[in-house]
Amino acid sequence: MMNQQEQDSQGNSPTVQVSHLSVRIGHKPVLTDINLTLKAGQVTALLGPNGAGKSTLLKSLCQDVEIEAGNIEVYGKSIAHWDRQQLAKSLAVLPQHASLTFPFKVHEVVEMGLYPLSLNQQQGKRLVAEQLEQVALSHLKERSYPTLSGGEKQRVQLARVLTQLAQSEMPPILLLDEPTSALDLAQQHRVLGLARSLAHEHNYAVIVVLHDLNQASRYADRLVVLENGCIVSDGIPSEALTAETVRQVWHYDPVVVMEPGKQTPLLF
Amino acid sequence: MDNRRWLWPSLLAALVITSLMSVSIGPLQISPSVSFSAVINWATQLDLGSVAPHEQLVIDNVRLPRTLLALAVGAVLAQCGAVMQGLFRNPLADPGIIGVSSGAALGAAICIVLFPQGGEYMVALSAFIAGLATTLIVYRLASSPSGTSVVLLLLAGVAIAALAGAGIGLLTYMADDMALRDLTLWQLGSIAGAQWHYVILSLIALALVSWQFNRSAKALNALLLGEAEARHLGLDVDKLKLRLIVLCAIGVGISVAATGIIGFIGLVVPHLVRMMVGPDHKQLLPLSAMLGAALLALADIGARSLVAPSELPVGLVTALLGAPFFIVLLLKQRHRLV
Repeated sequence: MMNQQEQDSQGNSPTVQVSHLSVRIGHKPVLTDINLTLKAGQVTALLGPNGAGKSTLLKSLCQDVEIEAGNIEVYGKSIAHWDRQQLAKSLAVLPQHASLTFPFKVHEVVEMGLYPLSLNQQQGKRLVAEQLEQVALSHLKERSYPTLSGGEKQRVQLARVLTQLAQSEMPPILLLDEPTSALDLAQQHRVLGLARSLAHEHNYAVIVVLHDLNQASRYADRLVVLENGCIVSDGIPSEALTAETVRQVWHYDPVVVMEPGKQTPLLF
Repeated sequence: MDNRRWLWPSLLAALVITSLMSVSIGPLQISPSVSFSAVINWATQLDLGSVAPHEQLVIDNVRLPRTLLALAVGAVLAQCGAVMQGLFRNPLADPGIIGVSSGAALGAAICIVLFPQGGEYMVALSAFIAGLATTLIVYRLASSPSGTSVVLLLLAGVAIAALAGAGIGLLTYMADDMALRDLTLWQLGSIAGAQWHYVILSLIALALVSWQFNRSAKALNALLLGEAEARHLGLDVDKLKLRLIVLCAIGVGISVAATGIIGFIGLVVPHLVRMMVGPDHKQLLPLSAMLGAALLALADIGARSLVAPSELPVGLVTALLGAPFFIVLLLKQRHRLV
């Protein structure tokens, strides 16, 4: 099944291995020699100021940008050698904006997640209902998608993506691109809380691009900070997000306090 | 949900009734029951006896090919419209509006004027090639990472229609009288004088596109999420797009070669069906085919009876019905266009 050779102390095995990755957009180098191992059972947050390359890193993991040099392996196999449909069962992306203007019903949008799976109609229907339940949207399943609020749309897309990953034989890899940008405060915490429970309880590898450092600090197990296309800091929140790092990367002088009773740094 | 249940049988009934009307109505009035017997006679090569020989002759050589051609072309154009709207992720795409029909017509015209000995199949082939080239050009012009721009799409359509119109205009100077009559008809669209060659070709095109489009229905749904999203679901998006573009060009190319430019069927029909059953292509495609067939047959009945004993080109009738519909759509979408 999965690559067992590099288990760490917590028993988490690598799902994605990025080695010497460089990406250029136009003539501009966006990522330079990135090395990163991502593990199942963890939420990894990619942080950095605008233009640092965090979104590009996420995009290279789902083959939306062309790789200039280096390699990305998923479950020990180079990503380019995977059969797309096979990989889609284990690797899914929650888009930042889902610009679906055609009046599909909510359950029809979630059913699109069945595309890479081979289920009969009944199994598919049951799975879709389960995932709608999980994002607490069962009551809206007959509603027309374009009429939903931004937060509801996001959760429908999340249900679709979770449907896509439901049959994964390996620990599923879930990529989230700024999932909280369209949400209000309560919804932001709900989505990130769900991401966290998927990682901790269902052994997902969650990789999330975030702007809010405090959200990252509270919900991610590991922070990867990028600056000018290079990783400058990588580790658990209390190690990766120091005042020194924030000063250097964001050019901002923060006040750092530890959340009472926890090991999470909060910045002001 | 309920809509879907009654829509299938009622569209099927509409299809049968319009077909029967279409073989019955014309300068020579034939009663529906006699027409029905005549069609059975034709299909089975029997003689049910109730049909006068001259009526049988009219049905075999005029009405039946004409009806079948209207049904086939209507069904093809409606499905191509639905697929193009999905492909461009844009509800205003239509083979006529975005210029594909004009491009195909120019291809057909070039063949008619410059290679008159080529025959029907050559005309269809060159209409297909020109239609394919046009679709690719329009797609290139209008696409951006976030989908296709409505404004660019419509402007590209205007530009290509103007270019094709100029090309056809030039060709009319070189054309002899025979070709000239054909060219005029082409630009207005007509099903009069349907030939069996084209009927068969259109039926083949109908079978091909219906089969292939329905196979892609789920993928087309996923494509509406966005190209990147569809790729993430495991679709080979580039291959899918190319396949659908080629199929649309075959469908539109053969339709244009057979009947000339018949606009708005591809725009109006999928919209009407979407209003009733939603945008799911599994329902949208077959229902659009049925409604498109019925609507074009009906428009053709109108074309031959409104100004009888003379005839209107059917493209004129569909434009009279479709253009106001298009304007209403534009008004509804106005806020998204600017």
